[in-house]
This record gives sequence, C-alpha cells and structure tokens, in this order.
Amino acid sequence: MAEETRANEISTELGPAQEPAFKIIGTRPVRPDGLDKVTGRAVYGIDMRLPGLLYGKVLRSPHAHARIRSIDTCRARALPGVKAVVTAADLPTIAGDPAHLDDASFALYCQRANILAIDKVLYHGHAVAAVAATSLQVAEEAVRLIEVDYEVLPPVLDVVQAMREEAPVLLPSLRTDELGQKSERPNNIASHVRMQRGDPQQAFREAAVVVDREFRTSTVHQGYLEPQTATGLWNSDGQITIWTSTQGIHNQRQQIAGILAMPATRIKMVPMEVGGAFGGKIRVYLEPLAALLSRQSGYRPVKLVMTYAEVLQATGPTSGSYIRVKIGANAAGCITAAEATLAYDAGALPGSPVLDGAGILLSPYKIENFQIDAYDVVVNKPQTGAYRAPGSANANFAAESVIDEVCEKLGMDPIEFRLRNAVQQGDRRIDGTVCGRVGLVETLLAIREHPHYQTPLTGKYRGRGVASAFWFNWGGRSSVTAAVNPDGGVSLVIGAADLSGSRVALAMVLAETLGIHLQAVKPVLGDSDAVGYCDQTSGSRTAFSSGLAVYEVGQKLIQEMAARLGEYWGVPPAEVVFQDGIFAAGAERMTFAQAAAQVTGQCPIVAAISVHPQVVSPAFATHVADVEVDPETGKVTILRYTAAQDVGRALHRSNVEGQMQGGVAQGVGWALYEGYVYSAEGRLLNCNLLDYRMPTALDLPMIDAVVVEVPNPDHPLGVRGAGEIPIVPVPAAIANAIHDALGSRLGMLPMSPARILEAIGVGQPTQPEVG
Amino acid sequence: MIERMAVVWIPAQLREMAGGKEQVEVPGDTVWQLVGQLEARYPGLERRLCENGQLRAGLTVCVDGCFSSLGLRQRVAENSEVHFLPAISGG
Repeated sequence: MAEETRANEISTELGPAQEPAFKIIGTRPVRPDGLDKVTGRAVYGIDMRLPGLLYGKVLRSPHAHARIRSIDTCRARALPGVKAVVTAADLPTIAGDPAHLDDASFALYCQRANILAIDKVLYHGHAVAAVAATSLQVAEEAVRLIEVDYEVLPPVLDVVQAMREEAPVLLPSLRTDELGQKSERPNNIASHVRMQRGDPQQAFREAAVVVDREFRTSTVHQGYLEPQTATGLWNSDGQITIWTSTQGIHNQRQQIAGILAMPATRIKMVPMEVGGAFGGKIRVYLEPLAALLSRQSGYRPVKLVMTYAEVLQATGPTSGSYIRVKIGANAAGCITAAEATLAYDAGALPGSPVLDGAGILLSPYKIENFQIDAYDVVVNKPQTGAYRAPGSANANFAAESVIDEVCEKLGMDPIEFRLRNAVQQGDRRIDGTVCGRVGLVETLLAIREHPHYQTPLTGKYRGRGVASAFWFNWGGRSSVTAAVNPDGGVSLVIGAADLSGSRVALAMVLAETLGIHLQAVKPVLGDSDAVGYCDQTSGSRTAFSSGLAVYEVGQKLIQEMAARLGEYWGVPPAEVVFQDGIFAAGAERMTFAQAAAQVTGQCPIVAAISVHPQVVSPAFATHVADVEVDPETGKVTILRYTAAQDVGRALHRSNVEGQMQGGVAQGVGWALYEGYVYSAEGRLLNCNLLDYRMPTALDLPMIDAVVVEVPNPDHPLGVRGAGEIPIVPVPAAIANAIHDALGSRLGMLPMSPARILEAIGVGQPTQPEVG
Repeated sequence: MIERMAVVWIPAQLREMAGGKEQVEVPGDTVWQLVGQLEARYPGLERRLCENGQLRAGLTVCVDGCFSSLGLRQRVAENSEVHFLPAISGG
C-alpha cells in the first residue's frame, strides 16, 4: 500500500514544465558546419593532400591465432616506389618479462601489440607490418611481397569456452586480476570484479517470484560511415603532425606518445571532420604507423586509410557476451534480490566494458540485496573498443528481459512495476553511491501518459515491450578559449571533437551567456597545440563538461569587459551590471557589440577556461516498442517506437532528438540484425556491409523522441549527457515486444529470423554464439 | 592526532580481509590516510587498492558523490562516505 501511494505521489509531481528564460538554448538553429557537409566541402581525413605525400598499407594476419616465426620484408623493400616498411621491431620495447610488468606497463605493452603484432597474431586482421610507397597500388603490391612464417595455433572465439581451463591461452603473460591479486597461472580471464550488498541468498528464499535466465549477445560494430584514416608527418626536427578522424586529439596524442616513447609536446594532432565514431575513434590504430612510416621514408608525409573490411576486422567493436541474471520480487511488486554474472569478451587484449555493464545492469532500481560478478575475457577477435554506453545494451537486454518476466509472473503492468522500484533522489545506487536529482520516474510517466502507450495494440503476432535504462555519463576535462572581436563577435576555440553538433551547441551556450546573436559566435575546433587539454568526446560528456567550460569562459569575458568599462566610465567595476547583452552603470549603457569595440581598442580580450567536473549526473530513459512478427519468415517489423529520456536541459533540441533517434536505430541493429560471424578457424566471414547487416531507413519507423527535462542541479544550465543512453534499452524493449507477440522469450542477440523461427518451433536450432 | 572519521565502503572482494564488513569507520584527513588506517587494521588491503603509491589503474575514488581527480590525496570531511569504484569513461 505504501508503495502504491508513492507511485501516486510521483505522478502529481509532473506539473507543467517550467519555461526556462532562455532565448537560444532549446531552439533548433542551423549548424555552422552544416553547409560544408551537405555541399561536400567539409574536409575529412581521406581528403588530405600534402606535397610529397606517400600512401600506406597494412599487412594483416590471415590467421586468428598464430606465432610469428619470422617476417621477411626484403622483396617488399626492393619494389620500386617503396619508401618504408615497418614491423613491431620498429616500435620501442618495454624491458622485462611482460608477465611481471605493473598494470600501467602491461597496458602499454598491449597498446603496442595491437598496433603491430609482437611475437603472435591474436586475431584475423591483426596488423603485422606496414608499408609506405609512392602510390596505393605500389603499397598494396609491397604488402603482398612481405613473407611471414606463421605457426598456426588453435583459436578460441567464444567467451565461455575461453574461460575454461583447457582453452588455448592467448597471452602467456596474462593472469587473472582479482582487485590487485593475480592468479598464479596464465589464462584468458583478465579480471574478475564482484559487487555485492546485503544478503541476496536469504532474500531469494523469501521472494514470491524468482526469474533466472541466461543470455548471449554477439560482437557488434559501431558502423560509422567513415573508415579510420591518418596522415602523419615526422619532421626532420623531430616534431610530428597527425591529421586524423578522432574523438579526442589530446587523448590520442597521449596514446601515440606512449606507443612511440616520446614527449607528447612534440606531437600535434589536427582534427579533421569526423564521419561517425560512436566510441570507435578513441583508440589509435593507424596514427603511430603513419608517424613511423614518415620517419623511415625520409620525413615524407604518409597517409593511411582503412578499407571497410579492415574496419570490421581490425578496429574495436563491442564485446560478445554471456550474461546470467536472476531477480526476485515480493508479492507487492518490489524487487528484493538480484544476482548476475557477466562474461564479456575483450577481443584479443584485455579491457572489455564488462564493468560498465555490471554497473548499469540493475541501476534503474532500488535493490538492497544483490551480487554481481564481472569477467573480462580475451578471445581471438579484435580488441574491443568503446561503443555508445559501452557494454550496456547487452547487460540491459538481459536485466530488462528478466524484469519483464517478473512483471508477467506478478501480473503487473511493466510501467507500474518500474515506478514502484525506480531509483530517485536519495536512493543508493548499485555502486553504493547516493543518487542526486534524476529523472527515471519522469521518463516512466512520460511513456505511461504517451498516446503510444495509451493506444491498445491489437492483432495476432503483434506485441509491445517496455524497457528502462541507466547510463553513468562522464565529466572529464574540458578546455576552451574565447576571443572578443571589435565587431562584437566572439571566436570560440573548442578542444572537444565535434561528432554530432558540438560546435553549434557550444556556440549556443556562449551566445546565451553573452546575450548576443548565435551568428556572432564563431566556433572552431582547435588542434592540440591551439587549445588546452580536452578529454575525448565520449561518455556523453561534451555538452555537459565543455558546455560548463563555455559558460564559464563567457562569465570570464563579461567580468573582464565590465572591469574595463568601469575604468572607461570612471565607476568601480562592481557598479557595472550586465543583463540581456547590455552593460550599464548609472546612465551609461552599451550593447555587447558597442562594449566590444570600446574595450578591444584598449587591449584585446581573450579568456581561456579549463574545467573538470567531479559530480556527474546520470541519464535515464524508458522506451516502448511495438512489433509484428511474420511467423513464416521470422521477420520482425517495428510498427511504432517511442523513446523518453531525461536530458537535463536540451541545448539544441533537434540535435538531442537526433541523438535519441540515432541511438534507437543502432539499438535496432543490435536487436535484430548485427553480429560478427566467424569460421571455426577464426576468420571473420561477414567483413563487408552487405553481409554485416545494419538497419537502413527501410527497417525503421519514425522514432518518437520524447525529451524529458529534469534540470541537473550540478550544472549551471541543467545539462546532462544525452548521447549514449538512447541505445541502451532498445534490444530489451524489442525482445519484450517479441515475447508479447509470440509468447516465447529469446535469449540471444541478434534476434534474427532464424532464431525467431526456432523460438516458435519451426526452425533449426541455432548456435548460441556467432562472435 | 586525527579526529575526523569517515565511512569507507569496502569493495566486495576485499571484505573477507575486513572481517566481512561492508563499511568501516576510520579516522583520516585524506583518502591516503584512510587507506593507511585500513592497512593497519587489515594487513594487505592497501596493496589491493594501490600500486606504486597511487590508486590502481582502473580504480577511482568517490567521496561524498564526487569522483575525485586527486586520488589518494583527496581530502575527506567528518562522516564522509568513501567508495573505491571502477573508472568509467564511455563511448
């Protein structure tokens, strides 16, 4: 009864939204980078042309697991037009046995081993050598002339098989880390972390309903349109310049400095326009090779561009995973106990996002008794990289499928059940920290009241599914520089990469802060020497953290201009007030533009700000999906999809809606289509965009994006990260809809037609894991 | 003499070393001092949290809801709540 009262009380909190007093924030202006992008003038990495440019190509392993006995590059070097050939022998080495390195040194060893294979190749497509030549054709021919003698070893591709004692060991130096305690013998389990609170076993014994299920998910790629590219110039004075498509110039500069064992200050990273990233352009692949090849070719610039096959084979997709979730609830519909095991494949080198998955799995709910075990496991696949809320869509698929079944057993509406258990301010999260002001309840209520949820779904083989999700969000370090121009305009140099509209959103923040027109702000992306350190655009952090930096740089400009106007007007600076773009003191008044003309004549005005917010507010979302299943073909059609998400404050409303719709589109790919398919020998069989099936516009309905704004009290503009969470609940919402349509629950992603047919008893059994 | 007491949440895998306790109240002005106090009570625990005088790679410390960039040097207040958590960044 108390719980019911609470849910009712929550609903009364949803009054009319407070109308913020913003003029620019929350609107939908055209992006400053838009014209160049739609007219083809935007410059991407592949467009780089420099005098004396050489073309690079990478030799990749045909084997998933093999020892390199020897590499003979003589014939390649002798080919006319070839200017340089590099192998792992050209990379700096770390002294000592890798088995006894500290964590940081072992991580560096792994970084280098992924750039060029050291002693062993660990996946099909692993880079073995690289060539620079006067044309791409010569470089491709030279790569074919490199002779590598391999001792082929048995591969292991499946995460569960890789954990077994008898599995082939990928890295003889890898020992399981149990929070600072290493296992004695090498194996494929890089780490095990446990999160636990209360007494889950006792709570399960007392639960009215218990659901316990296992799930498998496939390796999935980010699917950005633009392949990895890098152009490197190692100058004869030892300075390096890299032009690349990246999520973070400064982060990548640090990576390259570590890999090449040189000071980061000698490396300049120049950001090119980015044709999609979604986490996949944080780690470096080609950049150190471009630099090494440039040095070896006599300091000529070298450009490398991956083919899409290379992108799929050799960059970092997300993990294939095994997840078991057990949840217990009492008769009143309150979750009382939970238990989960997550095993994520990291690809060939440690570092899967399994801890992210473990951290988000149950975080929408108040649970006092739980235990979560998370395993990071290496297998003979490319080292996994970040992918939009890394590790979360698979974990959420498992947990929210089980929650759906608990609702079914209790006979409760899935929204009402979630309202009953939803975390709110003051509740303790799964990681033990206490929730600040968050908006899960508001997203649930937005879906409950939405015409989609209010409209009954009828018809055979049709079903509706709901899922909620949590994502941490991240703060990170951000730097910006702003210069006031005499005409009242402001040049804004941003350190963050612009993946999806950062320039316009940050310009909007500055224009709003200064009370000027958006067109008066000119946002540009700085290179790594032109602006202070900025963490990569990831973790849904840029609007939040760089937005904070821009807001503060605006305040700093106002303060400096007020001080100068005070001097000019002969009044104390404290008497100069600034409001709605007007400086005033007594009878004196100046617009921002008038003030800019005056004070920049006295002396130019430039302000730089760096921030590192330590309090980060998470994002929550609730989605509802309607599907129809064709029982003859197993095809799933999404009839209707609605996503409600707490974004704190939408800076650029269309961008936020676009993030939500884009996240859902990617989640549909996870749910229904995408997955790496390997042969038994570990060769990736579907490394092209015909066979690696991503959703197209024809597969998607109009996605209704419901922007919920529960302002973040820890940000001056109320902003929360918004970019990642929209992918998280999609597979679960669709899985729950398929269950509603068929009465069968699928435990594997993707829920392909073959698996649908198997679930309804007309297909052949499918393998539990394809990759 | 340190008067300030903070509550440290012991990571699940280290609780056996701490007599099964989920939380421990220990005196200290900084996270480093708290870790030192924990080590005095539960020998071996410091080595599990720290390496080369710093928090282990991949760990971060959260004090009263703030994910600190100061690591072991982070100051704590009376009744501060301290968690050692995996570092998260995202994609």
